[in-house]
Amino acid sequence: MNLDGSTLHRQRGSDVAAPVSRATFPAGLARTMVWVFGSIVAVILLLPVTYLLIRAVDAGDVAIEVLIHARTARVLGRTIWLAFWATISCAAVAIPLAWLTTRTDLPLRRIWAVLTPLPLVVPSYVGAYLIVTVLGPRGLLQKWLEPVGVQRLPDIYGFPGALLVLTLLSYPYVLLSTRAVLLRIDPDWEDASRSLGDTPWATFWRIIVPQLRPALAAGGLLVSLYVMRDFGAVSLMRYSTFTRSIYIQYQSAYNQTVAAVLALVLVTVTVGILALEMLTRGQARYYGNTLGTVRKTRIVKLGKWRWPALLFCASVVTLALLLPTGVLCYWLLRGLSIGVRVAPLWTATKNSLLASGLATCLTLIPALLVAVLSVRRDGRVGYLLDRLTYSAFALPGIVIALALVFFGANYARPFYQTLTLLIVAYSILFLPTAVGPIRSSLLQMAPSMEEAARTLGHRPLQVLRSITLPLVRAGVASGAGFVFLMTMKELPATLILAPLGFTTLATTVWSALEDAFFAEAAAPALLIILVSSLPMAWLVMREQSHP
Amino acid sequence: MRKIAVECVGLEKAFDDAGALTGLTLAVRRGEILALIGPSGCGKTTLLRLITGIASPDAGSIAIGGKTVAGEGVFCPPEERRVGMVFQNYALFPHLTVAENVTFGLSGEERGSSARAILRLVGLSGSEERMPHELSGGEQQRVALARALAPQPDVMLLDEPFSNLDGRLRVRMREDVRAILKVSGATAVFVTHDQGEALFMGDRVAVQCAGRIEQVGTPDAVFSKPATRFVAEFMGQTDFLPGLMTSEGVQTEIGLFQPAGDFYVGAQVDVAVRADDVRIEPDPDSSAIVLARHFRGMDNVYRVRLSSGHIVHSQQRHTFHLHPATSVRVRADAGHSLMCFERQDVARDT
Repeated sequence: MNLDGSTLHRQRGSDVAAPVSRATFPAGLARTMVWVFGSIVAVILLLPVTYLLIRAVDAGDVAIEVLIHARTARVLGRTIWLAFWATISCAAVAIPLAWLTTRTDLPLRRIWAVLTPLPLVVPSYVGAYLIVTVLGPRGLLQKWLEPVGVQRLPDIYGFPGALLVLTLLSYPYVLLSTRAVLLRIDPDWEDASRSLGDTPWATFWRIIVPQLRPALAAGGLLVSLYVMRDFGAVSLMRYSTFTRSIYIQYQSAYNQTVAAVLALVLVTVTVGILALEMLTRGQARYYGNTLGTVRKTRIVKLGKWRWPALLFCASVVTLALLLPTGVLCYWLLRGLSIGVRVAPLWTATKNSLLASGLATCLTLIPALLVAVLSVRRDGRVGYLLDRLTYSAFALPGIVIALALVFFGANYARPFYQTLTLLIVAYSILFLPTAVGPIRSSLLQMAPSMEEAARTLGHRPLQVLRSITLPLVRAGVASGAGFVFLMTMKELPATLILAPLGFTTLATTVWSALEDAFFAEAAAPALLIILVSSLPMAWLVMREQSHP
Repeated sequence: MRKIAVECVGLEKAFDDAGALTGLTLAVRRGEILALIGPSGCGKTTLLRLITGIASPDAGSIAIGGKTVAGEGVFCPPEERRVGMVFQNYALFPHLTVAENVTFGLSGEERGSSARAILRLVGLSGSEERMPHELSGGEQQRVALARALAPQPDVMLLDEPFSNLDGRLRVRMREDVRAILKVSGATAVFVTHDQGEALFMGDRVAVQCAGRIEQVGTPDAVFSKPATRFVAEFMGQTDFLPGLMTSEGVQTEIGLFQPAGDFYVGAQVDVAVRADDVRIEPDPDSSAIVLARHFRGMDNVYRVRLSSGHIVHSQQRHTFHLHPATSVRVRADAGHSLMCFERQDVARDT
């Protein structure tokens, strides 16, 4: 037995696996604060669904008519069908990428590791538009192929186009969760498996894959929810899923009842998916051998397979990242060269940064407290809040936006059409996004850290400041990064809730695309990608250096 | 000055799996080191967590220095109890230097000078600016101890503090930690599952089993006068031999022992026999045979099956070699009285 850090850290697993009772609730003031705060968050989170329910019940027969209408069933079928296939294809793309970029001697592995998750920053409406421009029946590709006699490419609108775009833009969810696990698997387990007579291939199936299962489930869940929530891609691909139908109802007919009922159905479906995921998820304990130092993982030599592997990485990155940015640059330059005056983007950029920045700050505070309460306390408040936050994953932007519009117009006139309402919508939408990473870093921190601080005379809130916060800083930073880049590209809530005349980069891109002003769409789209790539690349690189 | 530093009465704490307390009562005297020993899952750590206030009891009460801190409708949070704790995994704050860790429980003014003094006490002078991950296991252990001692708590709790150290370091740390605790004059509860450690560290030893205290006493008393079969077994290799109480002593298959405990003549008892109470010598005519030899370096312990089928152990010098299956004559040679317990019909094996 040696005495270096790794031995110590791995042995910690034994004592934390023992029955760990959690700290009791703080007494007095702190407890009251927890309750008050919990109630506020709960009310805000429950607001959208409650409002939709009231709306639907008010409508009575009309609501039932919408519910049993054949078109509703078709929309439902399309949505689920798309979510299902997108999840499968994302896994098919992401698992090899995750493995190649963490466990092999793939040429330029570090660069691919940073590039492969980046498509997450490309807004789906931009991605969809560009795919149409390039791969559409008479798109750029067809133009290049015209000399060889290709007059028209197969139609890309509808299901195949939507699936392609959503796969390319949401596979990073599966990639990131899978890779996090691959980087953390204790190499001792693999060694143990090999020493018990398994081949590397058998080790992969018997040791690695079972470990990946929760990550795959989590990533798959995010993908299917992303698809359900997505508005831009399905709209541009003219594939009517719920979000598109809701928006059309809201916009054209201005029929709030139909929109509300459809939104309720969508929420029911997403809640169903979440419940399913919760039921199938095991009660995994996270802290233990992931504490402290993790030794270097084994690197697999690819041999002659390195070239196909390289080609695979390159084509995914090209299609999902380089192609969109390339075409955007091309549009911008072409527009500028033929003298299109690209409107200055100062206001839109400033508005985007302001809204995203405020939303990030406003989201982090409740996210932190929800994470702390749910991980560290036995209490019912913590549990309920956690579940409630998690269920906010099931609320598509368009649903939250509609609910807040209804609410604002009827009950909160002073807030109607203000930035405040938009920020609140962002916070509800991305609260789960922020809670996730903070939760993970809390789970990796042994509870005895906080207990030690308490026995040394620090009060619960002091402990939060002096111990918990510094130790979960990484998680907080990731949470902030994700919330920021999600709000930067958020479209449906922004379209519906932004105050009159408040243009953001996202809405500028959208209106330019609707009017087919390519050059004018290109500049703000590039700005969104650029601004959100920075935190994203930073997040990915940090994950690489401190698994 | 009160004599009792910590008084636990009727503590109960339910758990789904191991670690529950079922009516535990224990008093820790001021200034003593109480070694708390018991098998894993008997609730030792739970008891410490209740005393610090990290967890609260379902029933029962805890008083520290005569003041009730838990139970009877009172709950005093950990930060107000003046109870220091050394965690099994040390729980050093990884983002703070050694000095910052050690002075974490002190207010602003006390910090500068105290850090140096307390680090000198634990033999880590000059390590102030190092980070916890740069320290060896033994050093981390010392920092954890220093950190808990720095605020001069009324009671120190140590939860298996040496379980992460290797054998030799463990022995040295025992001596050092005991000396440090004695210099600081602290009242301490020291949890372990190692009997050697408990006997060495404790001014008194408390043996815990399944959520209760079975016996509290000096190390000698607990070792040589175990109050229950459990204590007898847990505090040292013990075999139970059936015997008949006579006016001369208790007669067993391997001879006569002096009994401890009050039994009527004619009572059927089990005698707690340890390896050093049993002599063996080769004898081809005997029907007792050696089953195994356990060589421990300084000595040999032989496992012997008697003609009745009962198993006893015998400790012999390291030069005394017998092969398994050798027939041996076994006789009692205790030189002191042995604990006897009422006969249990349950077949026992060691």
